[in-house]
Amino acid sequence: MNATPPKIVAKGLKKSFGRKIVLDGFDLEVASGESIVVIGGSGSGKSVFLKCLLGLMRPDVGSIVIDGDAMTASTRTVRDRIRRKMGMLFQGGALFDSLTVWENVAFALNERRNGPPVSRRQARELAVEKLGAVGLGSDIADLSPAELSGGMQKRVALARAIAAEPEILLFDEPTTGLDPIMADAINNLILASVQRLGATAVSITHDMASARKIASRIAMLYQGRIIWDGPAADIDSSGNPYLDQFVHGRSEGPIQLQVRAL
Amino acid sequence: MIDFLSKIGRRVLDLFAVAGRLILFVGSALSHCVRPPIYIGNVFRQFWTIGYNSLPVVGLTAVFTGAVLALQSYTGFSRFSAASAIPTVVVVSLTRELGPVLASVMVAGRVGAAIAAELGTMRVTEQIDALDTLATNPMKYLVAPRVLAGLLMMPLLVLVADIIGIMGGFVVSATILGFNQSAYLINTFNALKTMDVVSGLVKAAVFGLIITLLGCFNGYQSRGGAQGVGTATTSAVVYACVLIFFSDYFLTQLFLNR
Repeated sequence: MNATPPKIVAKGLKKSFGRKIVLDGFDLEVASGESIVVIGGSGSGKSVFLKCLLGLMRPDVGSIVIDGDAMTASTRTVRDRIRRKMGMLFQGGALFDSLTVWENVAFALNERRNGPPVSRRQARELAVEKLGAVGLGSDIADLSPAELSGGMQKRVALARAIAAEPEILLFDEPTTGLDPIMADAINNLILASVQRLGATAVSITHDMASARKIASRIAMLYQGRIIWDGPAADIDSSGNPYLDQFVHGRSEGPIQLQVRAL
Repeated sequence: MIDFLSKIGRRVLDLFAVAGRLILFVGSALSHCVRPPIYIGNVFRQFWTIGYNSLPVVGLTAVFTGAVLALQSYTGFSRFSAASAIPTVVVVSLTRELGPVLASVMVAGRVGAAIAAELGTMRVTEQIDALDTLATNPMKYLVAPRVLAGLLMMPLLVLVADIIGIMGGFVVSATILGFNQSAYLINTFNALKTMDVVSGLVKAAVFGLIITLLGCFNGYQSRGGAQGVGTATTSAVVYACVLIFFSDYFLTQLFLNR
Protein backbone atom coordinates (compact mmCIF):
# COMPACT_ATOMS: atom_id res chain seq x y z
CA MET A 1 0.00 0.00 0.00
CA ASN A 2 2.91 2.32 0.61
CA ALA A 3 4.14 1.84 -2.93
CA THR A 4 1.42 4.00 -4.51
CA PRO A 5 1.03 7.58 -3.27
CA PRO A 6 -2.24 8.24 -1.45
CA LYS A 7 -5.13 9.63 -3.51
CA ILE A 8 -6.12 12.28 -0.99
CA VAL A 9 -3.90 13.85 1.64
CA ALA A 10 -5.37 16.29 4.14
CA LYS A 11 -2.78 17.76 6.45
CA GLY A 12 -3.19 19.95 9.50
CA LEU A 13 -6.56 21.41 8.53
CA LYS A 14 -7.80 24.16 10.81
CA LYS A 15 -10.99 26.09 10.34
CA SER A 16 -12.90 28.30 12.69
CA PHE A 17 -15.98 30.47 12.35
CA GLY A 18 -15.70 33.44 14.65
CA ARG A 19 -14.75 32.03 18.04
CA LYS A 20 -15.99 28.53 17.22
CA ILE A 21 -13.21 26.14 16.25
CA VAL A 22 -14.55 23.46 13.90
CA LEU A 23 -11.45 21.75 12.53
CA ASP A 24 -8.40 21.71 14.76
CA GLY A 25 -5.47 19.89 13.22
CA PHE A 26 -7.34 17.43 11.01
CA ASP A 27 -5.09 14.87 9.27
CA LEU A 28 -6.29 12.16 6.91
CA GLU A 29 -4.76 10.11 4.13
CA VAL A 30 -6.92 8.11 1.77
CA ALA A 31 -5.39 5.45 -0.45
CA SER A 32 -6.58 4.83 -3.97
CA GLY A 33 -9.59 2.48 -4.15
CA GLU A 34 -10.33 2.74 -0.46
CA SER A 35 -13.78 3.46 0.94
CA ILE A 36 -13.39 5.55 4.05
CA VAL A 37 -16.26 6.67 6.24
CA VAL A 38 -15.73 9.58 8.60
CA ILE A 39 -18.11 9.32 11.54
CA GLY A 40 -18.80 11.87 14.22
CA GLY A 41 -21.59 13.66 16.02
CA SER A 42 -23.46 16.66 14.76
CA GLY A 43 -21.25 19.72 14.72
CA SER A 44 -18.04 17.71 14.88
CA GLY A 45 -16.81 19.25 11.63
CA LYS A 46 -17.63 16.45 9.18
CA SER A 47 -19.43 18.69 6.72
CA VAL A 48 -16.77 21.36 6.92
CA PHE A 49 -14.11 18.77 6.07
CA LEU A 50 -16.11 17.64 3.05
CA LYS A 51 -16.61 21.24 1.90
CA CYS A 52 -12.87 21.84 2.19
CA LEU A 53 -12.22 18.66 0.23
CA LEU A 54 -14.50 19.92 -2.56
CA GLY A 55 -12.85 23.33 -2.51
CA LEU A 56 -16.12 25.02 -1.56
CA MET A 57 -14.50 26.29 1.60
CA ARG A 58 -10.90 27.18 2.23
CA PRO A 59 -9.32 25.98 5.49
CA ASP A 60 -7.61 28.66 7.60
CA VAL A 61 -4.49 26.51 7.89
CA GLY A 62 -3.44 23.25 6.28
CA SER A 63 -3.52 21.70 2.85
CA ILE A 64 -5.52 19.21 0.83
CA VAL A 65 -3.69 17.49 -2.00
CA ILE A 66 -5.54 15.28 -4.44
CA ASP A 67 -3.48 13.29 -6.95
CA GLY A 68 -0.62 15.71 -6.39
CA ASP A 69 -2.76 18.80 -7.08
CA ALA A 70 -3.44 21.16 -4.21
CA MET A 71 -7.13 21.87 -3.83
CA THR A 72 -6.27 24.53 -1.28
CA ALA A 73 -4.55 27.63 -2.59
CA SER A 74 -5.08 26.95 -6.25
CA THR A 75 -6.79 28.72 -9.11
CA ARG A 76 -10.28 27.96 -10.32
CA THR A 77 -8.84 26.16 -13.36
CA VAL A 78 -6.91 23.73 -11.16
CA ARG A 79 -9.88 23.31 -8.82
CA ASP A 80 -12.17 22.54 -11.75
CA ARG A 81 -9.63 20.02 -13.06
CA ILE A 82 -9.65 18.24 -9.70
CA ARG A 83 -13.44 18.46 -9.50
CA ARG A 84 -13.81 16.70 -12.83
CA LYS A 85 -12.39 13.64 -11.06
CA MET A 86 -14.98 13.91 -8.30
CA GLY A 87 -18.62 13.03 -7.94
CA MET A 88 -20.55 14.28 -4.97
CA LEU A 89 -23.83 13.08 -3.48
CA PHE A 90 -25.31 15.91 -1.42
CA GLN A 91 -27.35 15.29 1.70
CA GLY A 92 -30.52 16.77 0.25
CA GLY A 93 -29.74 15.59 -3.26
CA ALA A 94 -29.25 19.19 -4.47
CA LEU A 95 -30.90 18.39 -7.80
CA PHE A 96 -31.45 21.44 -9.99
CA ASP A 97 -35.19 21.99 -9.87
CA SER A 98 -35.22 24.09 -13.03
CA LEU A 99 -34.11 21.03 -15.01
CA THR A 100 -35.78 17.68 -15.65
CA VAL A 101 -34.46 14.47 -14.12
CA TRP A 102 -32.51 13.42 -17.19
CA GLU A 103 -31.10 16.91 -17.70
CA ASN A 104 -29.84 16.77 -14.14
CA VAL A 105 -28.01 13.54 -14.81
CA ALA A 106 -26.77 14.72 -18.20
CA PHE A 107 -25.50 17.94 -16.64
CA ALA A 108 -22.44 16.11 -15.38
CA LEU A 109 -21.86 14.61 -18.83
CA ASN A 110 -22.04 17.90 -20.66
CA GLU A 111 -20.08 20.05 -18.25
CA ARG A 112 -17.33 17.64 -17.36
CA ARG A 113 -16.46 15.74 -20.47
CA ASN A 114 -13.24 16.69 -22.15
CA GLY A 115 -14.24 15.28 -25.51
CA PRO A 116 -16.52 16.82 -28.15
CA PRO A 117 -19.98 17.92 -26.97
CA VAL A 118 -22.71 15.32 -27.18
CA SER A 119 -26.04 15.98 -28.87
CA ARG A 120 -29.20 16.34 -26.81
CA ARG A 121 -30.47 12.96 -27.96
CA GLN A 122 -27.26 11.17 -27.11
CA ALA A 123 -27.12 12.94 -23.75
CA ARG A 124 -30.64 11.80 -22.96
CA GLU A 125 -29.83 8.20 -23.90
CA LEU A 126 -26.73 8.26 -21.71
CA ALA A 127 -28.67 9.80 -18.84
CA VAL A 128 -31.38 7.12 -19.07
CA GLU A 129 -28.64 4.49 -19.03
CA LYS A 130 -27.16 6.04 -15.86
CA LEU A 131 -30.63 6.14 -14.29
CA GLY A 132 -30.94 2.45 -15.06
CA ALA A 133 -27.75 1.79 -13.12
CA VAL A 134 -29.43 3.12 -9.95
CA GLY A 135 -32.61 1.15 -10.57
CA LEU A 136 -34.76 3.89 -12.10
CA GLY A 137 -36.77 3.47 -15.29
CA SER A 138 -36.84 5.80 -18.27
CA ASP A 139 -40.44 6.79 -17.38
CA ILE A 140 -39.23 9.31 -14.79
CA ALA A 141 -36.62 10.90 -17.06
CA ASP A 142 -38.87 13.78 -18.12
CA LEU A 143 -40.29 14.53 -14.67
CA SER A 144 -39.03 17.41 -12.61
CA PRO A 145 -37.13 16.51 -9.40
CA ALA A 146 -39.90 17.99 -7.25
CA GLU A 147 -42.28 15.27 -8.48
CA LEU A 148 -40.10 12.50 -7.01
CA SER A 149 -40.07 11.06 -3.50
CA GLY A 150 -37.06 11.66 -1.26
CA GLY A 151 -35.60 8.22 -1.91
CA MET A 152 -35.95 8.59 -5.66
CA GLN A 153 -34.35 12.04 -5.53
CA LYS A 154 -31.41 10.46 -3.71
CA ARG A 155 -31.13 7.87 -6.47
CA VAL A 156 -31.21 10.51 -9.18
CA ALA A 157 -28.58 12.47 -7.28
CA LEU A 158 -26.46 9.33 -7.09
CA ALA A 159 -26.89 8.79 -10.82
CA ARG A 160 -25.69 12.35 -11.39
CA ALA A 161 -22.72 11.86 -9.09
CA ILE A 162 -21.55 8.71 -10.89
CA ALA A 163 -22.55 9.80 -14.42
CA ALA A 164 -19.15 11.13 -15.43
CA GLU A 165 -17.42 8.04 -13.97
CA PRO A 166 -15.39 9.93 -11.39
CA GLU A 167 -12.29 8.55 -9.68
CA ILE A 168 -13.38 9.93 -6.32
CA LEU A 169 -16.89 9.70 -4.91
CA LEU A 170 -18.01 11.80 -1.96
CA PHE A 171 -21.13 11.06 0.06
CA ASP A 172 -22.64 13.52 2.53
CA GLU A 173 -24.93 11.67 4.94
CA PRO A 174 -26.24 9.41 2.16
CA THR A 175 -28.92 7.73 4.27
CA THR A 176 -30.16 10.63 6.40
CA GLY A 177 -33.90 11.15 6.11
CA LEU A 178 -34.63 7.81 4.44
CA ASP A 179 -36.54 4.87 5.82
CA PRO A 180 -34.36 1.86 6.82
CA ILE A 181 -35.22 -0.14 3.70
CA MET A 182 -34.54 2.73 1.31
CA ALA A 183 -31.37 3.50 3.30
CA ASP A 184 -30.15 -0.05 2.80
CA ALA A 185 -30.97 0.13 -0.91
CA ILE A 186 -28.95 3.35 -1.22
CA ASN A 187 -26.07 1.73 0.69
CA ASN A 188 -26.11 -1.19 -1.75
CA LEU A 189 -26.13 1.18 -4.71
CA ILE A 190 -23.21 3.13 -3.25
CA LEU A 191 -21.30 -0.08 -2.70
CA ALA A 192 -22.03 -1.29 -6.22
CA SER A 193 -21.14 2.04 -7.84
CA VAL A 194 -17.88 2.35 -5.95
CA GLN A 195 -16.88 -1.19 -6.91
CA ARG A 196 -17.90 -0.82 -10.54
CA LEU A 197 -15.99 2.42 -11.00
CA GLY A 198 -13.06 1.28 -8.88
CA ALA A 199 -13.41 4.66 -7.24
CA THR A 200 -12.02 6.03 -4.01
CA ALA A 201 -14.90 6.88 -1.72
CA VAL A 202 -15.09 9.35 1.15
CA SER A 203 -18.35 9.41 3.10
CA ILE A 204 -19.44 11.27 6.18
CA THR A 205 -22.29 9.95 8.26
CA HIS A 206 -23.54 9.39 11.76
CA ASP A 207 -25.56 6.35 10.70
CA MET A 208 -23.55 3.37 11.99
CA ALA A 209 -25.49 0.82 9.93
CA SER A 210 -24.56 2.72 6.80
CA ALA A 211 -20.95 3.13 7.92
CA ARG A 212 -20.54 -0.59 8.61
CA LYS A 213 -21.97 -1.42 5.23
CA ILE A 214 -20.02 0.89 2.93
CA ALA A 215 -16.73 1.39 4.76
CA SER A 216 -13.48 -0.45 4.32
CA ARG A 217 -11.96 1.96 6.81
CA ILE A 218 -13.55 4.14 9.46
CA ALA A 219 -12.24 7.32 11.04
CA MET A 220 -13.85 9.03 13.99
CA LEU A 221 -13.92 12.80 14.15
CA TYR A 222 -14.23 14.45 17.54
CA GLN A 223 -13.61 18.08 18.42
CA GLY A 224 -12.03 18.90 15.11
CA ARG A 225 -9.54 16.07 14.83
CA ILE A 226 -9.42 12.36 14.02
CA ILE A 227 -9.31 10.44 17.30
CA TRP A 228 -9.51 6.93 15.88
CA ASP A 229 -8.75 5.49 12.47
CA GLY A 230 -8.77 1.84 11.46
CA PRO A 231 -10.32 -0.99 9.45
CA ALA A 232 -14.11 -1.14 9.55
CA ALA A 233 -13.98 -4.60 11.12
CA ASP A 234 -12.15 -3.28 14.18
CA ILE A 235 -14.69 -0.75 15.41
CA ASP A 236 -16.26 -3.11 17.91
CA SER A 237 -12.95 -4.01 19.49
CA SER A 238 -11.17 -0.69 19.38
CA GLY A 239 -10.87 -0.13 23.11
CA ASN A 240 -11.36 3.57 22.42
CA PRO A 241 -14.01 4.89 24.85
CA TYR A 242 -15.07 7.72 22.50
CA LEU A 243 -15.57 5.39 19.56
CA ASP A 244 -17.31 2.81 21.75
CA GLN A 245 -19.77 5.39 23.01
CA PHE A 246 -20.54 6.55 19.47
CA VAL A 247 -20.80 3.08 17.96
CA HIS A 248 -23.18 1.93 20.65
CA GLY A 249 -25.10 5.18 20.75
CA ARG A 250 -24.91 5.88 24.48
CA SER A 251 -25.57 9.31 25.90
CA GLU A 252 -23.25 8.64 28.88
CA GLY A 253 -19.54 8.53 28.31
CA PRO A 254 -16.53 10.70 27.59
CA ILE A 255 -18.38 12.61 24.84
CA GLN A 256 -20.53 15.26 26.45
CA LEU A 257 -23.46 16.57 24.50
CA GLN A 258 -23.01 20.17 23.41
CA VAL A 259 -26.25 21.71 24.50
CA ARG A 260 -24.96 25.21 25.03
CA ALA A 261 -24.05 27.59 22.22
CA LEU A 262 -20.31 28.00 21.95
CA MET B 1 -21.69 53.30 27.48
CA ILE B 2 -18.96 50.99 26.27
CA ASP B 3 -21.65 48.49 25.37
CA PHE B 4 -23.49 51.12 23.35
CA LEU B 5 -20.35 52.18 21.51
CA SER B 6 -19.35 48.62 20.71
CA LYS B 7 -22.81 48.01 19.29
CA ILE B 8 -22.44 50.98 16.95
CA GLY B 9 -18.94 49.84 16.07
CA ARG B 10 -20.13 46.37 15.19
CA ARG B 11 -22.88 47.74 12.95
CA VAL B 12 -20.40 49.97 11.13
CA LEU B 13 -17.97 47.09 10.67
CA ASP B 14 -20.79 44.87 9.36
CA LEU B 15 -21.78 47.59 6.92
CA PHE B 16 -18.26 47.86 5.56
CA ALA B 17 -17.97 44.07 5.34
CA VAL B 18 -21.17 43.87 3.28
CA ALA B 19 -20.10 46.78 1.09
CA GLY B 20 -16.77 45.07 0.46
CA ARG B 21 -18.40 41.75 -0.40
CA LEU B 22 -20.87 43.53 -2.69
CA ILE B 23 -18.10 45.34 -4.56
CA LEU B 24 -16.15 42.10 -5.04
CA PHE B 25 -19.32 40.32 -6.16
CA VAL B 26 -20.21 43.06 -8.66
CA GLY B 27 -16.69 43.08 -10.09
CA SER B 28 -16.69 39.32 -10.49
CA ALA B 29 -20.23 39.25 -11.93
CA LEU B 30 -19.49 41.92 -14.53
CA SER B 31 -16.25 40.27 -15.59
CA HIS B 32 -18.06 36.96 -16.08
CA CYS B 33 -20.58 38.74 -18.33
CA VAL B 34 -17.88 39.37 -20.92
CA ARG B 35 -15.50 36.46 -20.42
CA PRO B 36 -16.35 33.22 -22.26
CA PRO B 37 -17.79 30.68 -21.90
CA ILE B 38 -21.19 32.37 -21.87
CA TYR B 39 -24.25 30.16 -21.40
CA ILE B 40 -26.29 31.52 -24.31
CA GLY B 41 -29.31 29.32 -23.62
CA ASN B 42 -29.54 30.65 -20.07
CA VAL B 43 -29.12 34.23 -21.29
CA PHE B 44 -32.09 33.91 -23.65
CA ARG B 45 -34.19 32.24 -21.00
CA GLN B 46 -33.53 35.24 -18.75
CA PHE B 47 -34.33 37.65 -21.60
CA TRP B 48 -37.68 35.94 -21.65
CA THR B 49 -38.38 35.89 -17.89
CA ILE B 50 -36.91 39.31 -17.09
CA GLY B 51 -37.89 41.12 -20.29
CA TYR B 52 -40.97 39.67 -21.91
CA ASN B 53 -42.72 38.55 -18.75
CA SER B 54 -42.35 42.03 -17.23
CA LEU B 55 -44.21 43.68 -20.11
CA PRO B 56 -47.73 43.56 -18.57
CA VAL B 57 -46.74 45.10 -15.25
CA VAL B 58 -44.53 47.73 -16.89
CA GLY B 59 -47.19 48.57 -19.48
CA LEU B 60 -49.92 48.97 -16.87
CA THR B 61 -47.73 51.19 -14.73
CA ALA B 62 -46.83 53.31 -17.75
CA VAL B 63 -50.36 53.87 -19.04
CA PHE B 64 -51.63 55.07 -15.67
CA THR B 65 -48.54 57.18 -15.03
CA GLY B 66 -49.04 58.98 -18.35
CA ALA B 67 -52.73 59.48 -17.69
CA VAL B 68 -52.26 60.78 -14.15
CA LEU B 69 -49.43 63.02 -15.28
CA ALA B 70 -51.70 64.69 -17.84
CA LEU B 71 -54.49 65.17 -15.30
CA GLN B 72 -52.27 66.52 -12.54
CA SER B 73 -50.33 68.91 -14.75
CA TYR B 74 -53.66 70.23 -16.03
CA THR B 75 -54.69 71.04 -12.45
CA GLY B 76 -51.54 73.06 -11.89
CA PHE B 77 -50.96 74.58 -15.30
CA SER B 78 -54.50 75.73 -15.98
CA ARG B 79 -54.17 78.06 -12.96
CA PHE B 80 -51.87 80.29 -15.00
CA SER B 81 -53.28 79.44 -18.42
CA ALA B 82 -50.37 77.24 -19.38
CA ALA B 83 -52.41 74.16 -20.22
CA SER B 84 -50.84 74.06 -23.68
CA ALA B 85 -47.57 72.99 -22.04
CA ILE B 86 -49.10 69.66 -21.03
CA PRO B 87 -47.87 67.63 -24.05
CA THR B 88 -44.33 68.84 -23.37
CA VAL B 89 -44.53 68.13 -19.66
CA VAL B 90 -45.89 64.65 -20.23
CA VAL B 91 -43.35 63.62 -22.83
CA VAL B 92 -40.31 65.07 -21.07
CA SER B 93 -41.17 63.78 -17.59
CA LEU B 94 -42.05 60.36 -18.91
CA THR B 95 -39.01 59.75 -21.07
CA ARG B 96 -36.48 61.37 -18.75
CA GLU B 97 -37.78 60.38 -15.36
CA LEU B 98 -41.00 58.55 -14.69
CA GLY B 99 -40.69 55.91 -17.40
CA PRO B 100 -37.30 54.60 -16.28
CA VAL B 101 -37.82 55.04 -12.53
CA LEU B 102 -41.32 53.63 -12.19
CA ALA B 103 -40.71 50.77 -14.62
CA SER B 104 -37.51 49.89 -12.74
CA VAL B 105 -39.18 49.96 -9.35
CA MET B 106 -41.88 47.64 -10.67
CA VAL B 107 -39.26 45.33 -12.17
CA ALA B 108 -37.30 45.43 -8.92
CA GLY B 109 -40.36 44.11 -7.14
CA ARG B 110 -41.02 41.46 -9.74
CA VAL B 111 -37.63 40.36 -10.98
CA GLY B 112 -35.27 41.35 -8.16
CA ALA B 113 -37.37 39.45 -5.65
CA ALA B 114 -37.68 36.42 -7.91
CA ILE B 115 -33.93 36.28 -8.53
CA ALA B 116 -33.10 36.58 -4.83
CA ALA B 117 -35.64 33.92 -3.89
CA GLU B 118 -34.51 31.51 -6.59
CA LEU B 119 -30.76 31.86 -5.98
CA GLY B 120 -31.34 31.92 -2.22
CA THR B 121 -33.22 28.64 -2.36
CA MET B 122 -30.53 27.17 -4.59
CA ARG B 123 -27.94 28.27 -2.04
CA VAL B 124 -29.66 26.77 1.01
CA THR B 125 -30.48 23.51 -0.78
CA GLU B 126 -26.81 23.21 -1.85
CA GLN B 127 -27.67 23.50 -5.56
CA ILE B 128 -25.07 26.24 -5.98
CA ASP B 129 -22.47 24.01 -4.31
CA ALA B 130 -23.58 21.21 -6.62
CA LEU B 131 -22.94 23.41 -9.67
CA ASP B 132 -19.47 24.13 -8.33
CA THR B 133 -18.70 20.45 -7.84
CA LEU B 134 -19.91 19.72 -11.37
CA ALA B 135 -17.08 22.05 -12.47
CA THR B 136 -19.56 24.74 -13.54
CA ASN B 137 -18.96 28.24 -12.29
CA PRO B 138 -22.24 29.44 -10.71
CA MET B 139 -21.24 33.03 -11.40
CA LYS B 140 -21.22 32.21 -15.09
CA TYR B 141 -24.16 29.82 -15.13
CA LEU B 142 -26.56 31.70 -12.85
CA VAL B 143 -25.41 35.26 -12.27
CA ALA B 144 -24.02 36.44 -15.60
CA PRO B 145 -27.14 35.54 -17.67
CA ARG B 146 -29.39 37.42 -15.24
CA VAL B 147 -27.16 40.48 -15.14
CA LEU B 148 -26.87 40.56 -18.93
CA ALA B 149 -30.64 40.25 -19.25
CA GLY B 150 -31.15 43.11 -16.77
CA LEU B 151 -28.70 45.33 -18.63
CA LEU B 152 -30.21 44.68 -22.06
CA MET B 153 -33.91 44.17 -21.32
CA MET B 154 -34.51 47.11 -18.99
CA PRO B 155 -33.92 49.76 -21.72
CA LEU B 156 -36.28 47.89 -24.05
CA LEU B 157 -38.94 47.74 -21.34
CA VAL B 158 -38.53 51.46 -20.69
CA LEU B 159 -38.83 52.22 -24.39
CA VAL B 160 -42.15 50.39 -24.40
CA ALA B 161 -43.14 52.19 -21.19
CA ASP B 162 -42.35 55.56 -22.80
CA ILE B 163 -44.58 54.87 -25.78
CA ILE B 164 -47.47 53.48 -23.72
CA GLY B 165 -47.17 56.29 -21.16
CA ILE B 166 -47.29 59.02 -23.79
CA MET B 167 -50.30 57.29 -25.27
CA GLY B 168 -51.97 57.24 -21.84
CA GLY B 169 -51.42 60.98 -21.48
CA PHE B 170 -52.70 61.56 -24.99
CA VAL B 171 -55.89 59.59 -24.45
CA VAL B 172 -56.76 61.48 -21.26
CA SER B 173 -55.89 64.87 -22.78
CA ALA B 174 -57.89 64.21 -25.93
CA THR B 175 -60.97 62.80 -24.24
CA ILE B 176 -61.30 64.29 -20.76
CA LEU B 177 -59.31 67.53 -21.01
CA GLY B 178 -60.65 68.40 -24.46
CA PHE B 179 -57.34 68.87 -26.29
CA ASN B 180 -57.26 68.92 -30.08
CA GLN B 181 -55.82 65.51 -30.97
CA SER B 182 -53.51 66.50 -33.82
CA ALA B 183 -52.28 69.61 -31.99
CA TYR B 184 -51.44 67.48 -28.96
CA LEU B 185 -49.47 64.99 -31.02
CA ILE B 186 -47.63 67.70 -32.96
CA ASN B 187 -46.72 69.43 -29.69
CA THR B 188 -45.51 66.12 -28.28
CA PHE B 189 -43.21 65.42 -31.19
CA ASN B 190 -41.93 68.99 -31.35
CA ALA B 191 -41.03 68.90 -27.68
CA LEU B 192 -39.33 65.51 -27.79
CA LYS B 193 -35.53 65.52 -28.19
CA THR B 194 -33.34 62.50 -28.83
CA MET B 195 -31.50 63.17 -25.59
CA ASP B 196 -34.73 62.83 -23.59
CA VAL B 197 -35.14 59.26 -24.69
CA VAL B 198 -31.43 58.41 -24.63
CA SER B 199 -30.93 59.68 -21.09
CA GLY B 200 -33.94 57.64 -20.00
CA LEU B 201 -32.56 54.51 -21.63
CA VAL B 202 -29.15 55.00 -20.02
CA LYS B 203 -30.89 55.27 -16.68
CA ALA B 204 -32.83 52.11 -17.47
CA ALA B 205 -29.65 50.17 -18.23
CA VAL B 206 -28.08 51.28 -14.95
CA PHE B 207 -31.25 50.43 -13.01
CA GLY B 208 -31.40 47.03 -14.75
CA LEU B 209 -27.87 46.33 -13.52
CA ILE B 210 -28.74 47.45 -10.00
CA ILE B 211 -31.85 45.23 -9.84
CA THR B 212 -30.22 42.06 -11.13
CA LEU B 213 -26.90 42.52 -9.32
CA LEU B 214 -28.58 43.10 -5.96
CA GLY B 215 -31.01 40.24 -6.55
CA CYS B 216 -28.13 37.89 -7.36
CA PHE B 217 -25.93 39.18 -4.53
CA ASN B 218 -28.58 38.79 -1.86
CA GLY B 219 -29.68 35.39 -3.10
CA TYR B 220 -26.14 34.13 -3.52
CA GLN B 221 -25.12 35.18 -0.01
CA SER B 222 -28.26 34.00 1.76
CA ARG B 223 -27.82 31.78 4.80
CA GLY B 224 -30.04 29.95 7.20
CA GLY B 225 -32.95 28.25 5.50
CA ALA B 226 -36.34 29.70 4.69
CA GLN B 227 -35.90 32.73 6.91
CA GLY B 228 -32.59 33.56 5.25
CA VAL B 229 -34.20 33.40 1.83
CA GLY B 230 -36.97 35.71 3.03
CA THR B 231 -34.48 38.24 4.35
CA ALA B 232 -32.51 38.02 1.12
CA THR B 233 -35.62 38.71 -0.95
CA THR B 234 -36.60 41.71 1.15
CA SER B 235 -33.08 43.15 1.04
CA ALA B 236 -32.86 42.64 -2.71
CA VAL B 237 -36.00 44.71 -3.35
CA VAL B 238 -35.44 47.38 -0.70
CA TYR B 239 -31.79 48.04 -1.52
CA ALA B 240 -32.48 47.96 -5.26
CA CYS B 241 -35.22 50.59 -4.90
CA VAL B 242 -33.11 52.81 -2.65
CA LEU B 243 -30.15 52.56 -5.02
CA ILE B 244 -32.39 53.27 -8.01
CA PHE B 245 -33.60 56.56 -6.49
CA PHE B 246 -30.11 57.43 -5.26
CA SER B 247 -28.40 56.87 -8.59
CA ASP B 248 -31.35 58.49 -10.37
CA TYR B 249 -30.44 61.82 -8.81
CA PHE B 250 -26.85 61.68 -10.02
CA LEU B 251 -27.80 60.45 -13.48
CA THR B 252 -30.31 63.28 -13.76
CA GLN B 253 -27.63 65.75 -12.79
CA LEU B 254 -25.33 64.22 -15.38
CA PHE B 255 -27.90 64.75 -18.15
CA LEU B 256 -29.01 68.22 -16.94
CA ASN B 257 -29.49 70.65 -19.83
CA ARG B 258 -28.38 68.14 -22.41
